[in-house]
Amino acid sequence: MPVIVMIPTPLRAYAGRQERVQLQAATVGEALSALTHQFADLKKHLFTDDGRLRSFVNVYVNDEDIRYLQKDQTPVREGDVVSIVPSIAGGCVNRAG
Amino acid sequence: MSGWVLKVGKELLQRIHAHGVETYPHECCGAILGRDSDASREVLDLLPLANRRNDSPRNRFEVTPDDVRLAEKTASEKKIELIGWYHSHPDAPARPSEFDREHAWPWYSYIIVSVQKGEPRDTTSWRLHDDRAAYDPEAIETVAHSASA
Repeated sequence: MPVIVMIPTPLRAYAGRQERVQLQAATVGEALSALTHQFADLKKHLFTDDGRLRSFVNVYVNDEDIRYLQKDQTPVREGDVVSIVPSIAGGCVNRAG
Repeated sequence: MSGWVLKVGKELLQRIHAHGVETYPHECCGAILGRDSDASREVLDLLPLANRRNDSPRNRFEVTPDDVRLAEKTASEKKIELIGWYHSHPDAPARPSEFDREHAWPWYSYIIVSVQKGEPRDTTSWRLHDDRAAYDPEAIETVAHSASA
């Protein structure tokens, strides 16, 4: 069924400069898979080399974080909005906290 | 050289420095709001944020997705864009660490200010390569006055 995936600004260059992409999917996992199939350059920014979602990539269905739902098995229905939201982290080298 | 240039008003740069001094010896962090075009990128405002990394704030910072959404909303209300992030490196160089690189997003500008013994020193800016392998330096061009956001 058709769902909308919202692309965050830093990744739009890898998704045809689009803010939103409409895809056919029944779960969040299927939506992300269809997205990276359509835009292969997105994959390395969303997933680690072993295929796990990067820790600073957050995915919401409407306003719910999928970590608190059924993760990539979270079902999506027609009209749902899947949002990719960054979290930001970093820090300096070699100093104990 | 990458050729990236980030224009920053002197007063905005001083606000980043002041934030780094205020939170020293912990890392400060905040959002950079401004305008981006193929020709240039300019900082027009800042949104200082709390460092959510309470367990290791001297050498780590974290901005939650809720704070990212707040920064996007703030930029949108000002009719500008969220163009990057700043943070401090207390008693460490203004160079991105491996931890910075692993957690970075492309496209954003990442400003780093080194705060040595409580005093702001070097300030640098960086952008992640498309292949995530390294950063490109982004030259900071200090301008006397930023256009009003």
